[in-house]
Amino acid sequence: MKNDSVLPRGQGRRRGPEFPPYDTATVAAILDRWRDQPGNLLPILHEVQQALGFVPPGAVGQIAKAISRSRAEVHGVISFYHDFRTSPPGRAVLKVCQAESCQACGSRELTAHAERTLGCKLGETSRDGAVTIEPVYCLGNCACSPAVLLDGALHGRVTPAALDRLLAQARRQP
Amino acid sequence: MTIKVCVPRDAAALSVGADATAAAIATAAQLAGQTIQLVRTSSRGMFWLEPFVEVETASGRVGYGPVTAEDVPGLFAAGFLQGGAHPLAHGKVEAMPFLARQERLTFARAGLTDPLSLADYEAHGGLRGLRRALGMAPTAVVEEVVASGLRGRGGAGFPTGIKWRTVAGAPAQPKYVVVNADEGDSGTYSDRMVMEGDPYVLLEGMAIAGYATGASFGYIYLRSEYPHALAVLNEALATLRARGVYGRSVLGSDFAFDAEVRVGAGAYICGEETALLESLEGKRGMVRFKPPLPAIKGLFGQPTVVNNVVSLASVPIILDRGGAHYADFGMGRSRGTLPIQLAGNVKRAGLVEKAFGVTLRQLIEDYGGGTRSGRPVRAVQVGGPLGAYFDQRLLDLPLDYEALAQHKGMVGHGGIVVFDDTVDMAEQARYAMEFCAVESCGKCTPCRIGSTRGRELIEKIVRGEDVARNHRQLLALCDVMENASLCALGGMAPWPVLSALQYFPGDFGLPEKEPAHVV
Ligand SMILES: Cc1cc2nc3c(=O)[nH]c(=O)nc-3n(C[C@H](O)[C@H](O)[C@H](O)COP(=O)(O)O)c2cc1C
Ligand code: SF4
Ligand code: FES
Repeated sequence: MKNDSVLPRGQGRRRGPEFPPYDTATVAAILDRWRDQPGNLLPILHEVQQALGFVPPGAVGQIAKAISRSRAEVHGVISFYHDFRTSPPGRAVLKVCQAESCQACGSRELTAHAERTLGCKLGETSRDGAVTIEPVYCLGNCACSPAVLLDGALHGRVTPAALDRLLAQARRQP
Repeated sequence: MTIKVCVPRDAAALSVGADATAAAIATAAQLAGQTIQLVRTSSRGMFWLEPFVEVETASGRVGYGPVTAEDVPGLFAAGFLQGGAHPLAHGKVEAMPFLARQERLTFARAGLTDPLSLADYEAHGGLRGLRRALGMAPTAVVEEVVASGLRGRGGAGFPTGIKWRTVAGAPAQPKYVVVNADEGDSGTYSDRMVMEGDPYVLLEGMAIAGYATGASFGYIYLRSEYPHALAVLNEALATLRARGVYGRSVLGSDFAFDAEVRVGAGAYICGEETALLESLEGKRGMVRFKPPLPAIKGLFGQPTVVNNVVSLASVPIILDRGGAHYADFGMGRSRGTLPIQLAGNVKRAGLVEKAFGVTLRQLIEDYGGGTRSGRPVRAVQVGGPLGAYFDQRLLDLPLDYEALAQHKGMVGHGGIVVFDDTVDMAEQARYAMEFCAVESCGKCTPCRIGSTRGRELIEKIVRGEDVARNHRQLLALCDVMENASLCALGGMAPWPVLSALQYFPGDFGLPEKEPAHVV
């Protein structure tokens, strides 16, 4: 279970204005497209996150209302799944595989190397806001372990030196 | 004459530079004034050789690999378009020992075709199974699958035909076909290869399942870690609709079928079929109590066939060649072939489709060539993160559902992860508990709380704290998890832990002993 609270403690009952503003029009357009489809909550959350980089806590009410679910239910779904985040990530997201096949090929060392280089732990963003590193459990690239996913691009047989090159590239991005 | 050159577009090949290799080949051909037809195919599944380039010559396809972009000028200089000799050359691809000793049924087209070309698919036997099925009574289609002996390749090994029979017999409408494309087990990638490399075989299998059971809509629940598969499947679906294979009238018959891909959100437990259904309904992926079986009350409360990607991808050839042909492969109650995936620290990592009965040692040594690091094999995990760790003494076990189960191992989804002698098995055991804690759906206490307690106990044992007592507690905890968890995540997470304790006690600082039950 993901241990991730969307709402600050004790603020569960507050309404929109307490949350930072977000792009309600983009969310409304996504909701319009999915409104009448069965089982639409995951696709909606994916699209919101794709468009805005994360699911703004303020959007929970807007989503819940549009699909006739309670805010608690929507919050419950967001907090259940590892993919959904409720605050903006770094400019690049690096997912480092932590699962067994990659472990057998040096992923523990690779993860430690990434943490040292970026100066932050798994689940955190480097101080300069350039890169968020996250754990991922198997990328289906176990025949080319260790594997990482950098902004959706898959890389295999990743050595610490290769990771340095990828990170340097990512950090140069505006 | 235009020469055909094939470079895979499989995600694993791309992850080691296949796009750059393909671009370099196109440029070099242009420079040489040579017109080539560059085709982006699926992968053969020989991943240690990726990017693996094949050139079609008069005497068949010859292979080169691993070919980086920098290798390309040298290959042209060596005349590789004519199959010229080069240190990266492997000769005729079909004759390469890794491939020649396989029995590829489900993966018959791997590496041969352009995944999205329907013409290629049909030229290589595609749609024959669906055509034959549409000419039969639905119940006869179900019985053909029963006769094949096909068992679910997702992990539980339940006979596919029997499941279909239940759904076919359920009176409620509508019914659904749901594809489990969550492929969460470490060491597995055969579902990914099917979806990226041969999407039509999965979609054909789905339509056959729909026809046999009376369902006319399907969902593919795809893990979010597979963006390439998502793109390929959506394009393949659009093509099938445009060509009248999917839609109101499947291949001109009265049968209507369509499907949609839905993307998961990074939760291992959503591979468990009832959690998957909850997730498809837009809820938290919490495991349901059974009964009712999904076959009776599944998605949105309707009768639902839930099958793994490889299970459904095995159906078209069963309908095409007949159940008996498929059942001729295999041993005992494990019929047909299994796509085995070699992973971890293994020299030749890749896909081996073989009839059941091949031993772990044959797979790791003959096919895999031992470890990639060149050090001795110390431990092998079979069947994903919930499978037992085996040591050397168990490698002569045949890959067979029943044989492995005797040792708390499992075929699972067919993944084999190899570790060399630098592995710390206490750390692997600790990870097994940690993974269970991270991925637990939280419905039952033994799994939700027990996994965290288990991790703590292992840490204490390793630190040498009150070892005898904590060891006893760990065994008791594993017993509770095994017997009182609702699903196999909590119920089997103890297996890797107990096997590590049994075969590698020294890694925990416990006295070494001869394990009691070794073959
Ligand atoms: C924790 C857990 C994870 C699972 N993950 C998967 C998975 O990723 N893919 C899959 O096909 N089956 C998975 N299964 C098995 C499914 O519950 C189910 O047996 C399968 O989808 C049925 O299809 P099949 O009969 O074709 O194998 C998992 C089971 C459990 C308990
Ligand atoms: S064993 Fe774990 S994952 Fe399975 S139902 Fe119980 S809490 Fe959920
Ligand atoms: S275990 Fe890392 S890609 Fe599969």
